[in-house]
Amino acid sequence: MTFIAKPKIVHKGLSRNALGLTIRDYEGGMSTLCAGCGHDSVTSAIVQAFFELDIPPYQVAKLSGIGCSSKTPAYFLDASHGFNAVHGRMPSIATGASAANRRLYLIGVSGDGDSLSIGLGQFSHALRRNLDMLYIIENNGVYGLTKGQFSASADVGTKAKKGEVNEQQPIDPVQMAMAQGGTFVARGFSGDKDQLVPLIKAGIKHKGFGLIDVLSPCVTFNDHEDSTKSYAYTRRFFHPAVHADFVPPAEEIKAAYDDGEVMPVEMHDGSKILLRKVSDQYSVHNRGHALDFIRAHHRRGEIITGLLYIDEAEPDMHGISRTPDEPLAQVPFGDLCPGSQAMEGLQERFR
Amino acid sequence: MSAKSRMKASRINDFVIRLANVNGTGSASANGLLMKTIFRMGVPVMGKNFFPSNIQGLPTWYEIRVTKDKHLARSGEIDIMVAMNVETYQQDLKSLSPGGVFLYDSTWPRHSVVNRQDVTILGVPLAKMCNEHFSNARARILMKNMAYVGALASLLELDREVIEDAVHRTFATKQALLQANMDAIALGANYASEHFDCPLPTRVEPMNETAGKIMIDGNTASALGCLFAGATVGAWYPITPSTSLMDAFKAFCERYRVDRETGTRNYCIVQAEDELAAIGIVLGATWNGARAFTPTSGPGLSLMSEFIGYAYFAELPAVLFDVQRVGPSTGMPTRTQQADILSAAYASHGDTRHVLLFPANPNECFELSVAAFDLADRLQTPVIVMLDLDIGMNDWMCDDLEWDDRYRPDRGKVLSASELESAESFYRYMDVDGDGIPYRTYPGVGRKGAYFVRGSGHNKYGGYTEDADEYQEVVDRLVRKWETAATLVPEPVMQRRKTAEWGIVSVGSCDYAVAEAVEVLAREGIHLSYMRIKAFPFSEVVTEFLNQHKRIFVVEQNRDAQLKSLLTLETDYPKERMESILSYSGLPIDRRCVVEAIEASVARGEAA
Repeated sequence: MTFIAKPKIVHKGLSRNALGLTIRDYEGGMSTLCAGCGHDSVTSAIVQAFFELDIPPYQVAKLSGIGCSSKTPAYFLDASHGFNAVHGRMPSIATGASAANRRLYLIGVSGDGDSLSIGLGQFSHALRRNLDMLYIIENNGVYGLTKGQFSASADVGTKAKKGEVNEQQPIDPVQMAMAQGGTFVARGFSGDKDQLVPLIKAGIKHKGFGLIDVLSPCVTFNDHEDSTKSYAYTRRFFHPAVHADFVPPAEEIKAAYDDGEVMPVEMHDGSKILLRKVSDQYSVHNRGHALDFIRAHHRRGEIITGLLYIDEAEPDMHGISRTPDEPLAQVPFGDLCPGSQAMEGLQERFR
Repeated sequence: MSAKSRMKASRINDFVIRLANVNGTGSASANGLLMKTIFRMGVPVMGKNFFPSNIQGLPTWYEIRVTKDKHLARSGEIDIMVAMNVETYQQDLKSLSPGGVFLYDSTWPRHSVVNRQDVTILGVPLAKMCNEHFSNARARILMKNMAYVGALASLLELDREVIEDAVHRTFATKQALLQANMDAIALGANYASEHFDCPLPTRVEPMNETAGKIMIDGNTASALGCLFAGATVGAWYPITPSTSLMDAFKAFCERYRVDRETGTRNYCIVQAEDELAAIGIVLGATWNGARAFTPTSGPGLSLMSEFIGYAYFAELPAVLFDVQRVGPSTGMPTRTQQADILSAAYASHGDTRHVLLFPANPNECFELSVAAFDLADRLQTPVIVMLDLDIGMNDWMCDDLEWDDRYRPDRGKVLSASELESAESFYRYMDVDGDGIPYRTYPGVGRKGAYFVRGSGHNKYGGYTEDADEYQEVVDRLVRKWETAATLVPEPVMQRRKTAEWGIVSVGSCDYAVAEAVEVLAREGIHLSYMRIKAFPFSEVVTEFLNQHKRIFVVEQNRDAQLKSLLTLETDYPKERMESILSYSGLPIDRRCVVEAIEASVARGEAA
């Protein structure tokens, strides 16, 4: 957690979004993470995405669990409400938050320890409920705050800083989400902001559970040679399969794309995502093929990134629960309490 | 010897029937019918179900106390045993009080087993009659139950019209079943009239003592409390004996919270992956201004502890229902106990204390569940409503539930958008009014209200801290809030006897057993005051009552005297002046155990 407020210096040339806000209005406190931490790059991508989407910060709630990654909500959107939950349990808090107020934009930031070990169950069930939120896993294969133990996402054969080799199979949140029916599955890299910002925007606008697994190297405990989650390794074996452009609702699609190359996906608010396949063999609409492709590359030590799967048709938790458009927390008491007459009528049932 | 001469003198409207059945054979509806019939004859009645954690094949008992004086606890006696489970014949015969009646299925006579001189044994060939009358195999099993209801109707002089009316209501749309049930009742009734001297001296006579009363279980009443209090989010993980609370809430919501035109639902029930998530969902919802609750039982409460401590420290409302069952560990899931008192009071690591409410009957389940939402919102902290299986799952005779339309929810100190806008500053954990309760804001409401909810150290401004003084300032304020809580929770219920030097303190479902014991003891010249605690923290009144008595008997349903421990920890009343009366077998406490313990204490010369 940060306890250092960042000075708000707004110079004149700073551009403003449709709300008249500058990017400074989307920042948070000063990061207390290690210099060069991948998480700080993710933070800056989040700041940019919300700024560019013209979302008022107070309409966002940011959530996290425990760990280095979970500290990051303190570093962005300081005008938004935040919830730093107990370890691995942020998805349940997000579920309740969404149930009570579906109009909030929910963004959860978690890590590989928080989501794939202690919180694997909650992560999995938020996905199953198709909870309407953006869920970012800042994945570095290591426990930073407790000084360098392997996490559940560590690859077989990867080496810890002190030389220990991991021999257990990794849990890959992307493959899990694909197999489990996830409706928005993406992977990014903290070192590639150009790819990451549109993914975050699309994830925010996706109606349902938007998962982005972001490879985010730990400079202190997992950035050495023989680590498969280092900057160097990730840069080398990082393969975008699908490129995503985010187009806001009012905007025309200007760029010229050849037919068949680009696939527009319409989001619920009228915005569009334009998907461009980078790899010929990748099939963004076929869950099975996409999963095979990711697996085959993973076996070769390669990391497939991009917006790997999207399905805007599946109902989210509210669709399934048939809740009203109005947030449940705002339904007037008179509409909730059946009143004395109903109570009187009920008594006959119990005689 | 005739049945009449062997039985005690006439016992009208004051006796206990126990029905020994095999679970999964359809006995529950027959036993329920029997109890409802007595109730509808205007006679006060108690029903307790002792069932196994199993779907089919294990022994199950149902105990009905017909009680003209409205003693709704178990008496400790059994006057009539309906023995339908060969496996438990011996045990059932043994547990019958001297002078009692043992009614069994004599299709297969068991003269060697069913043999006791001081009781009356009545054999009714239930299986034989049903086998001859019904051709369907399932009906032959099910209808044996209705046949013994018929036999009891003759023996106890139950109103046949009332029984038949109930059967009509149940099977109104199923003509074939209706007829079969009626036939079975007639088979049993006719056999009893023809073969025995009906009615027995122990029997039911119509009264007019159940007008304005209903029969309802505490889980259903609690669910109604959630509905009427305006709860919109319910999260849960199924666990006996709390499951029927959410089942009932869902059913009520389907009836009262669905827009008939659009089909939209003004509620969201989430069946979570586990209790850890269920409580998390509740906290996420209350953080955002919804009223939310979770029903659970002991094992679930253990799992929820981490988040309960979080909610205490981060100051989030939450309503929990702990329908207590027998522990430790998995314990006996279908048996009752009050053994979560201490673990609920201090749930979670670190210095934490939680508000507990203890309903003693379904009326209080309803009232206290509404109160729980108000208290949770007012105090911004978890409130745990402590039911137990006995209150939660058994049908209790109680007053009609009433609702006052003037009720408005107390949402506590929440700043609205306009209040926020006009406020100079907002700091989440500042004690502005001196009652230890800070103001809060909901996400999405206004630009100025943002803060971070966190379980880590924080200062009064809501910022992260590891500073010793800042931390201590916050936790010391929480103590002031706790003191405020003691002034807001419901007061205990008291029956003071001016001359009494001894008092009884008890809680929850012990109430009827204790109240009856107090009456019995008074007739013996032993006079006691009685205080039933309804909430923790203890108010000043609790301490006052204790201090007015030289000796206190603490009656509770657990082995380790948890309420007594809590009184020892949280009041200054001397521990050595408290004596425990404990009932923890898993069956609901009976009057006898309270009476005998106090009589023994008197005999030892320790009191009075």
